[in-house]
Amino acid sequence: MHEQSIVEYLLSLALKDAEKANARRIVSIKLVVGELTGVEKDAVTFYFNFLAEKTIAAGASLEFNYTKAQLRCRDCDLIFPREKLSYDCPICRKKAVEIVGGRELYIDSMEVE
Amino acid sequence: MASKTLSIKKNILSANAEKADETRGLLDNSNILMINIMSSPGSGKTSLLMQTISHFKDKYGIAVIEGDVASSIDADKILSQSIPAVQINTGGGCHLDANMVRNAIEKFDLNKTDIIFIENVGNLVCTADFDLGSHKNAVILSIPEGDDKPRKYPTMFAEADIVLVNKIDVLPHFDFDIAAFPELITGFNPSADVLLVSTKTGEGMDKWFSWIEAGLKEKIKIH
Repeated sequence: MHEQSIVEYLLSLALKDAEKANARRIVSIKLVVGELTGVEKDAVTFYFNFLAEKTIAAGASLEFNYTKAQLRCRDCDLIFPREKLSYDCPICRKKAVEIVGGRELYIDSMEVE
Repeated sequence: MASKTLSIKKNILSANAEKADETRGLLDNSNILMINIMSSPGSGKTSLLMQTISHFKDKYGIAVIEGDVASSIDADKILSQSIPAVQINTGGGCHLDANMVRNAIEKFDLNKTDIIFIENVGNLVCTADFDLGSHKNAVILSIPEGDDKPRKYPTMFAEADIVLVNKIDVLPHFDFDIAAFPELITGFNPSADVLLVSTKTGEGMDKWFSWIEAGLKEKIKIH
């Protein structure tokens, strides 16, 4: 259910920036979403279509670019993608890792008229 | 009509983060420590709070923000201890956000408050992504939930300042690898404290109380 509030934040951010650019309509919004956020594309689209009605974002299409969970080994500094639920460094086998990717949740760009 | 592309590059939750920072500033001015308690449903947030309140209520001014999907069962329990409590019903929503918490804080007398506890909605997924303006995040994981949870919900454990492993009294009945657990947490999060506790038997609770008091002292020293 967190998609509803995420869409509220997303929409208000998009409308503010569109207004600043004197846009009359938002055509599309490009999003970057990390897999660790658990944000679901279908749920976001559903709430967006509902909440964007009667705004200049009505009918805008959403493009989702998902990023994978990326880990950095605290020992050898290797950056590697998470495989299933393993967090072990593939080189030195240490378990001390920092999450460096996969938590993104931002608007990359928008197409406006 | 000609269209154009606007580069935005802005975090969707930035408005929430700004509100949270503003709240932290407000609390800092009043020397108040706010602790956000997160866990799955049923791992012992309310029991931990009840014991923590009884331990501290004669020494410090305590207030509690209770987040729940619906009902005021938890807030009623807290109010039975005669301390200020505000219930936030999220109406099906799975987390609290900085605005909800700020509105709740407005209802407390900050001059009489030293510690605010937030009992977040029971959920290990998205609660970690919403900064509430707290100074410390406490995450509870109970033995029956299993030792694989940090691997499934890494962001929650990466955001924790302290991880309380609760229901340690039932450890003999579960396949929970307690020896390897602290290393699993500190692997994600080297600065996190890991405490083994039982809200039922009271085991380890003194360490949790000391951790809170250390947080209070650190706060008063800084501001």
